[in-house]
Amino acid sequence: MGRYLLRRLLQLIPVFIGTTFLIYWLVWSVPGDPFAGKCGDRGCPDNFREVMTAKYHLNESIWVQYASYMKNLFQGDFGITFSGRSINDIIVTSYPNTLKLAVVALTIEAVIGLSAGVLSGLRRNGFLDNLVLVSTLFLIALPVFVVGFVLQWLFGVKWGIVTPTVSNEMRFTELILPGFVLGSASMAYIARVARTSIAENRRADYVRTAIAKGLPMRRVVGVHLLRNSLIPVVTLLGTDLGALMGGAIITEGIFGINGIGRQVLRAIVTKESATVVSIVVVLVVVYLLMNLLVDLLYAALDPRIRYE
Amino acid sequence: MSDPSAASIVSTPRPEQPTEIGAPTNAGLPENARKEKPRGLLGDAWRDLRRKPLFWISATFILLFVVMAAFPSLFTSGDSVNGTLSRSRVEPSSDAWFGYDVQGRDVFARTIYGARASILVALLSTVGTLVIGGAMGIIAGYRGGWVDGLLSRIADIFFGLPFVLGAIVILTTFNGSGTDNNEWQIMGLVIVSLVVLSWPVVMRLMRSSVLATKEADYIVAARALGAGTGRIILKHLLPNCLAPLLVYGTIMVGSFIGAEATLSFLGIGLKTPVVSWGIMISEAQNYIRVSPFLLFFPAAFLVTAVLSFVMLGEAVREALDPKLR
Repeated sequence: MGRYLLRRLLQLIPVFIGTTFLIYWLVWSVPGDPFAGKCGDRGCPDNFREVMTAKYHLNESIWVQYASYMKNLFQGDFGITFSGRSINDIIVTSYPNTLKLAVVALTIEAVIGLSAGVLSGLRRNGFLDNLVLVSTLFLIALPVFVVGFVLQWLFGVKWGIVTPTVSNEMRFTELILPGFVLGSASMAYIARVARTSIAENRRADYVRTAIAKGLPMRRVVGVHLLRNSLIPVVTLLGTDLGALMGGAIITEGIFGINGIGRQVLRAIVTKESATVVSIVVVLVVVYLLMNLLVDLLYAALDPRIRYE
Repeated sequence: MSDPSAASIVSTPRPEQPTEIGAPTNAGLPENARKEKPRGLLGDAWRDLRRKPLFWISATFILLFVVMAAFPSLFTSGDSVNGTLSRSRVEPSSDAWFGYDVQGRDVFARTIYGARASILVALLSTVGTLVIGGAMGIIAGYRGGWVDGLLSRIADIFFGLPFVLGAIVILTTFNGSGTDNNEWQIMGLVIVSLVVLSWPVVMRLMRSSVLATKEADYIVAARALGAGTGRIILKHLLPNCLAPLLVYGTIMVGSFIGAEATLSFLGIGLKTPVVSWGIMISEAQNYIRVSPFLLFFPAAFLVTAVLSFVMLGEAVREALDPKLR
């Protein structure tokens, strides 16, 4: 286990460097003047240009720029934007909002997805099973922004059940709709995976044994069947949490949530290169670590899997 | 695939899927082959497919959309690009079934013409992803060793990029507000960024099925008979690894239609004067409270198209999977 962990962590290093360099290169080698449009119509004053060029080593090669950026990064300094705001500050204010939304989305998709999957897996080809199959197909096929707009219009505008956008306080009730939208596709995947897994294990010998020795059905399902069937679902949830914490550019945009996804989109549109690179670096690290965690979780949950 | 929205846009095969669709593709054959004249895997699948209503429904829709993309004038005589401001946001009527948009353009005509860009981008990106990912997967799986290691790490790098984020960075770099790319260049850029961000998935799929087949007896036999690498790959490996790729490819067309719409919706994909469903939805979003019909018609077409391809993929998967027979 220890050696496996070490190998995985070592494998992360080239991927981390490769991904961040790719982003850095794409963002900073944008053809054109990095100061264009930064200081209004009159262009940036020369001393501003000098300070920023020195700070970001803009007149040196991309390798030097990247190396010095990485050096700062490992000292916990994400840099500053062209307007002088610390990027650490941007991340610190917006990341909690993203996390809140991610937790709400994960809870919703786990609860609904799991119960739909378990119920339909236990009664295959019943009415509920077909309903789940059709509705998950829809959820998988629909792009997030279509789901978001339609639900926002229905619940927020037409019926007025919820406020269409989320306020700055991020109250829990306001987050239910965005959370549902964000988790909708994964919810469908979870339902399908749980269904297949339950249906497969339903025919397993140990389930037959449990029924044969006279255990009540509730115990057979709750203890024997669920514990064995939930392993793929848990890993799916873990991967998804990694993805959700990567921010939801589209969902956050539709519902006006001031999260990390919205910040990165704003930064890209306003060409705030330093912010883009920093946020992407954070997101990639979170994503890579979550994937590693899921693999480890897999072994912890299923004793049949052992990494040597 | 990482961004949650991305996860839904390009549906990555989840951990379970490869085993499901990557199952030994010719396992169910001998039994059938003995009874009647021998049929290949595809012949078998085709026989299975013909009996499925789901297949016929989705195939009909896809055919309809393809005809719509190729000959939009068959469906409408309206003008999709020019409008009259005096009829801005006029509600649907018998004159214009879907109403008029903010610029007074016929929404019905635009929706019909929108099929072309959406479907073209999705089809070309799918072909590109399958070719690049498939080739990389075969090389990595067949060669093994350091080639496999190197290609897998490169794939990891692109896999580590959240989809929407990666596409935004690539497209704003090459297709930002200051650039003056023409229609075809923009379309090319969108296709390239979809391919660049999706090939690792196909590569992993292909690599694992090559690894599974590479040591099979018929490959060993072919090698013993003196077949070269090229012949083994083309004649033996490729046909036997094609099934999962075919299924994933079909579903991918659907996801790419959605992905193209998402990028256009964010304002970094296709742009006016190109007409696409994503652009229409993006333009409609500001008027969602006063004229929701502007949003619903292109969205309905988009959803139907995506659903058709995803359903076709599901039908093909069921037909190709011997376990479900």
